[in-house]
Amino acid sequence: MTEKHPLDEIDRRIINGLQGGFPICSSPYAAVAHDMGLAEDDLLRRLQRLRTDGLLSRFGPMYHAEKLGGALTLAAISVPEDRYDAVAEQVNAHAEVAHNYAREHQLNMWFVLATEQLSRIDEVIAEIEAETGLKVYNMPKKEEFFIGLRFEA
Amino acid sequence: MSESSDLLDETDRRIIVATQGGLPLVAEPYGAVADELGLDVDDVMARMQRMLDGGLIRRIGAVPNHYALGYRANGMSVWDVPDEDISEIGKMVGDLDFVSHCYHRPRHLPYWSYNLFAMVHGRDRDEVSDKVERIAKLMGIKDRRHEILYSHRILKKTGLRFTA
Repeated sequence: MTEKHPLDEIDRRIINGLQGGFPICSSPYAAVAHDMGLAEDDLLRRLQRLRTDGLLSRFGPMYHAEKLGGALTLAAISVPEDRYDAVAEQVNAHAEVAHNYAREHQLNMWFVLATEQLSRIDEVIAEIEAETGLKVYNMPKKEEFFIGLRFEA
Repeated sequence: MSESSDLLDETDRRIIVATQGGLPLVAEPYGAVADELGLDVDDVMARMQRMLDGGLIRRIGAVPNHYALGYRANGMSVWDVPDEDISEIGKMVGDLDFVSHCYHRPRHLPYWSYNLFAMVHGRDRDEVSDKVERIAKLMGIKDRRHEILYSHRILKKTGLRFTA
């Protein structure tokens, strides 16, 4: 949390209320500001600050990776502790690895692969298995029950 | 998979590349994108509206950084539920406002018996485990077994980026 600019009530309303539904029209910030009872330049200034301070990682359209033709999967490895950092380096060296998290479980390394071609997913997994000598558990989604990403500020 | 993307032309792809990092914070953001790409603003807006209606754009708005907002704990809850009930259960769990992602994924028997994943965020681990208990109560006997995998280190995080 930023210490420079503590969030006020209006910032919270912006973060909580603007996680979707931003209009496509010529002056969308003015339209949204009007609905929120704010001045357009106040809204723009606050969005700029929230972005600069890192409270918002982005403001804009969120695209659907698979519908754009790309492929995604979640994969996991059980990595021996004494090799953990070395294996993380081997895995992360692949540009297709978008996220990689250390998790507390026997399966202790979880990463997301994002590729432009579906066939590339299996190739990258085979490469990682060959480089590390460890089995990669591939867990592509079969169905998505994603409704909304809502964080209360 | 490629059904939707086949409908995208070169201009759509240029708009995607120009806006995937965010919209300009100026009074007329779509106009600014149009100027940058040498396009007409009405064309940019019509194309983005079509992508929104078709689900290629999931939504337009603020993408909060949950860690910066104080949601420091991130637990991936994993569930073994009967396959025949998974759509119904998945929708119920996905509807919860504290679940950010919910997916049906394949089991890897006998090693990995979980087929439903729900990402739960909280200010600390107690908050995450309380929320997971609420999910368990909702599922009742359909929850044959579950675990929470807490993350304790981000090893890599780059945004997804598309190229035209």
